[in-house]
Amino acid sequence: MDLNNLPILSILIWLPILGGFWVLFIGDQQERMVRQFSFLISIATFFFSALLYYKFDNSFSGMQFVEEFYWIESFSIKYHLGIDGIALPLIMLTTFTTVLVVVAAWEVINTNISYYMSAFLILTGLMNGVFVALDSILFYVFWETMLIPMFLIIGIWGGPNRVYATIKFFLYTFLGSVFMLVALLYLYSITNSFNIQILQEASIGLTAQKLIFIAFFLAFAVKIPMWPVHTWLPDAHVEAPTGGSVVLAAIMLKMGGYGFLRFSLPIAPDASFFFADAMIVLSLIAIVYIGFVALVQEDMKKLIAYSSISHMGFVTLGFFIPFGIFAATNSNASAVMGLEGAMMQMISHGFISAAMFLCVGVMYDRLHSRMIKDYGGVVNSMPYFAAFMMLFAMANSGLPGTSGFVGEFLVILSSFKLNFWIAFTAALTLILGAAYTLWMYKRVIFGEAIRDEVIELEDIDARETFILLLLAGVVLLFGIWPAPLFDVMHVSIEQLTQHISQTKIL
Amino acid sequence: MRTDLIFLMPEIILLSMACLVLVVDAFSKDPFRKVTYWLTQLSLLLTFFAVIYYSPDYTYVAFNGGFVTDAMSAFLKIFICGITIVVFFYSYEYLKENELLKGEYFTLGLFAVLGMMVMSSAYHLLSIYLGLELLSLSLYAMVAMHRESTFATEAAIKYFVLGALASGMLLYGISMIYGVTGSLQFMEIADTINNGAIDKVYLIYGMTFLIVGMAFKLGAAPFHMWVPDVYQGAPTSVTLFISSAPKLAAFAMTIRILSDGLSPLIEDWQSILTVLAVLSMAVGNIIAIAQTNIKRMLAYSTIAHVGYLFLGLIAGTALGFASSMFYIISYAFMSMVAFGMIILLGRYDLEADNLNDFKGLSTRNSWFAFIMLCLMFSMAGVPPFLGFWSKWFVLKELIASGFIEIAVIAVFFSIIGVYYYLRIIKLMYFDTPETMSAIKATQQMRTVLSINGILILVIGLAPNSLMRICLSAFSV
Repeated sequence: MDLNNLPILSILIWLPILGGFWVLFIGDQQERMVRQFSFLISIATFFFSALLYYKFDNSFSGMQFVEEFYWIESFSIKYHLGIDGIALPLIMLTTFTTVLVVVAAWEVINTNISYYMSAFLILTGLMNGVFVALDSILFYVFWETMLIPMFLIIGIWGGPNRVYATIKFFLYTFLGSVFMLVALLYLYSITNSFNIQILQEASIGLTAQKLIFIAFFLAFAVKIPMWPVHTWLPDAHVEAPTGGSVVLAAIMLKMGGYGFLRFSLPIAPDASFFFADAMIVLSLIAIVYIGFVALVQEDMKKLIAYSSISHMGFVTLGFFIPFGIFAATNSNASAVMGLEGAMMQMISHGFISAAMFLCVGVMYDRLHSRMIKDYGGVVNSMPYFAAFMMLFAMANSGLPGTSGFVGEFLVILSSFKLNFWIAFTAALTLILGAAYTLWMYKRVIFGEAIRDEVIELEDIDARETFILLLLAGVVLLFGIWPAPLFDVMHVSIEQLTQHISQTKIL
Repeated sequence: MRTDLIFLMPEIILLSMACLVLVVDAFSKDPFRKVTYWLTQLSLLLTFFAVIYYSPDYTYVAFNGGFVTDAMSAFLKIFICGITIVVFFYSYEYLKENELLKGEYFTLGLFAVLGMMVMSSAYHLLSIYLGLELLSLSLYAMVAMHRESTFATEAAIKYFVLGALASGMLLYGISMIYGVTGSLQFMEIADTINNGAIDKVYLIYGMTFLIVGMAFKLGAAPFHMWVPDVYQGAPTSVTLFISSAPKLAAFAMTIRILSDGLSPLIEDWQSILTVLAVLSMAVGNIIAIAQTNIKRMLAYSTIAHVGYLFLGLIAGTALGFASSMFYIISYAFMSMVAFGMIILLGRYDLEADNLNDFKGLSTRNSWFAFIMLCLMFSMAGVPPFLGFWSKWFVLKELIASGFIEIAVIAVFFSIIGVYYYLRIIKLMYFDTPETMSAIKATQQMRTVLSINGILILVIGLAPNSLMRICLSAFSV
C-alpha cells in the first residue's frame, strides 16, 4: 500500500469510531480484552496523528491531506477533510489525551467497561472529525454527535448529581449549537456553499456579519466557556468521571476556541472588530472574576473547573486583541503573537488541566472524596504523587519553564501593544492563579496528616506514574522548548491574521 | 375512459383485494386469522408493485381533472403501502398478544389505505373529501375496536365528534371556494383566481375553513385536542397506524390544496400556517414535558413535529414542499419505531406505555435500549440521525425563503423539545430497572424492529437517496 496516499484524516476519524463499536461488541464479559483492545486502538490512533505531524509541511498555509468527495449530492454537501497548522496540534492533543484516558480507566472503571471504553473511543473519532471537517455541515454533524457519548459518559459513570449535570451540559451546548446551524444555513442562502473556505472568502454586509457573529458566539462561547455562559462547566466537571473531566477540559473546551478561529473570526471579521471590545471585557471578567470564584471553592474538581474558565479567558483575549492592534498599528506582528499565544494557551491548558484532573482522580480513587477538607498531609503517604502534583500546580499558575507560562506571557505581551490596563488586568491572573492553585495544593498535600485514611494512602502505582510522567514530560517540553508547536502553526496563523485584518464589506 | 382506468389500477386492485379479504375473513374460523393477515399483506404488496408498475413518468390528470398521477402521488403511495406493511406486521404481534385479533382491523386498515391513496392523487376538492372520509371513518372504527376499554371508547367518541366537526369545516370551506370560483378542480380554481376579478374576502374566508379542517386532521395546535386522548386511548397498534401512513396522506392533501389549488393566495396561507406552526411547536414541545405516559408524550411530540412540517410549506417553494415531504416520511419512520418499541416491551395485560417502563432498559436489553436511544436523539433532531436531516432540510428552505425569524423560533422550541427526549434516555441508561423480566417478543418482531431502528441511523448517515426522492417528487 502506498503510504503517501493513505487517507490519514479519515483513519483518524473512523479507526476509533469503528474500534469503539468493536469494543462494544466484545462485551463486558471479556474485560481484559476490552481494555487491551481499547489501548491498542488509542495507541494506533495516536500513531497516525504522529504520522500526520511527520508528514505535515510547515511552510504551507493552506489545507493539507485534503480528502474531498460528495456526501449528499443533492445539496453539494461534501465529505471534505483537511488540516492546517491550527488543527494539527489540536488533533495531536486529542489522540494523546485518549491514550491517557484509556490508561487512566484501566483499573478504576469496573462497571460497563466496554460501554465506557467505546464511548471514549467513539468520542475521539468524532472530536477528530470536528477538527478536520472543511464542510460546514459535516463539521456541524461531528460537533453535535459528539454530545451523545459525552452525555452518556457523565450520566452513567458520574457522581451523585450526574443527571442534572449531564442534562444541563447537553441543553446548554445544544442551545448554542442550533443557532450556529441557523447561521450556517443563512450563509448558504448567501453564498450557495457549505464549504468553509468559500464561506471565509465570501463578502458579507456588516449587519449580516453581526447576526452571524452572534449566532456563532452563542455556540462557541458556551463551549469555551466564556463568562456568563459558563455555569454548565463546573457542574459537568464535578459530576463527570475522571476520564470525562479530562476530555471535557483538555479537548471539548478547545473546540470553542477552534470554532472562533475557523468560523467567527474569518467569516465575520468586521463584526469581530465591532464586538472586539465587548469580547475583551468578557474575557477579562472571566480571567479575574472567575479567578476569585476559584479561590473560594472547597471541591477540588470545581476549583480546577473554574481555573479552566479563567484560563480560557486568556484564549478569547488572545483572539480579540488583534482587532484592537489592527486599528492601532500597521504591523501584524503583535497580532500574530496574540493569536499564537492563545493557541499555545489552548494546547498547554489541554495538558495541564488533564494532569490536574488526573491528579484529583488519583486521590478520589483512594478516598472517594473531592473535598479539600478531607485531605491534608497527603505528602506524608504519597511523596511521589505530591512531587508530580507540585509540578502541575506550578504549571497551572503559569510558572516560567512550564508550558502554562508561554501562552499567558505571549497574550499579555500582545495586549500591552493595545492597552496597558488590559495587560495589567490580565496579568493579575499570575497572582490569582498562583493563589488558588497553590493554596489548594498546600491544604491538600502539606501539613500534618490527621485523618487515618490519609495516613494509610498508598502512593501512585506504575500505571499512574506512567500517565503523570508522560504529562510532566510534555508540560516541561513545551515550557522549555515550545518551538516545534510554533513552527507548525506559525504560517497558518500568519495567514489567518492577514485574512482577518482585511474588511469583508464591499 | 379506458386509459383513465389504467392510472387507477393500484386503487382498483386494492379495493378488490379488500373486498376479498372481507369475504374470506367472514368465513374464517381460525382464531389467529392467519389467512386474513397474510392476504392483507399480500394485497398491500400487490398494490405496492402496482403503484410502481402503473405510475407513468409524466403527470396525467384523469377523470375530468378529478384524479392525478404524478411523481409525488407515486412516491407517497409507495411509502404508504410500504409503511403499512410494516405497521400491520407490528400490529399482528400486538393483537395476538392482547387477544384483540379480529379480521376487522385488517379490512378496515385496507380501506383506510385506499382512502390515503385517493387523497394522494386527488385533484379535486370532492375527491379529496371522498378519500379523507374513507380514511377517517375507518380510523374511528379502529380506535373503538377494543370494546371493553373505556379509554378506547372515550377516545373513539372524541375522535369521531371532533373529526366530524373538522369534516364539516372542510365542507363549508369547499362550498365557499366553489361559490367564489365556480369550480372544485384545483387547476380551474387556480386559473380563476389568477384571471378573474374575484372577491378575495370570500376566497380567504373559504380558505381559512379549509386550513382549519386540514389542521384538525394533521393535529396542529390549536386544533390538537383530540390527538393526546386518541393516541393514549386507542390500542397501541391503532395508534401506531394513525401516527404513520395517514400523516403522509394528510400531507398530500395539504400540498394539493395549498400549492396547486390555492397557489395564488400563497401570502395569505403562509401567514396562517406561520401561526399554526409556531403554536404547534410551542404547545407540543412544552406540554410534552409534563407527560408521564409515553403514548401521550409521543402525541404531543407529533403536534410539535406537525409544526416543523408546516415550516417547509411556509417556505412556499418547490424545495420547501420537498423538505416537508422529507420531514413527514422521516417522521413516519420514527413513529413506527417508537410505537413498535412500546409493543415490543409490552406483554399481555401490561402495556409498556408508562415512562417508568423504560427504566433501566439498557441493563435489561442493551440492543433495544440502543435503538431507542437512536430514536430519541433522532426525534430531538440531533445528528447523525434521520431526524436531524428532516429538521435541517425544512430550516434550510425556510431560511432560503427569508423567514429567518421563524427559523430562530423553531430552533428555540427544538431546544425545549430535546429535554423530554433526553429524559427517556436518562430513564433507560442512568436509572436502575424496576423489573428484570426479559423481553418477551417473537424473533421476527425483534428483527423487523431492529432493521427499522437501524434505518434511522443508516439514512441519517446517507440521507441523499431519500432527499433525491423527495426532490424529484416536486421535480426539482
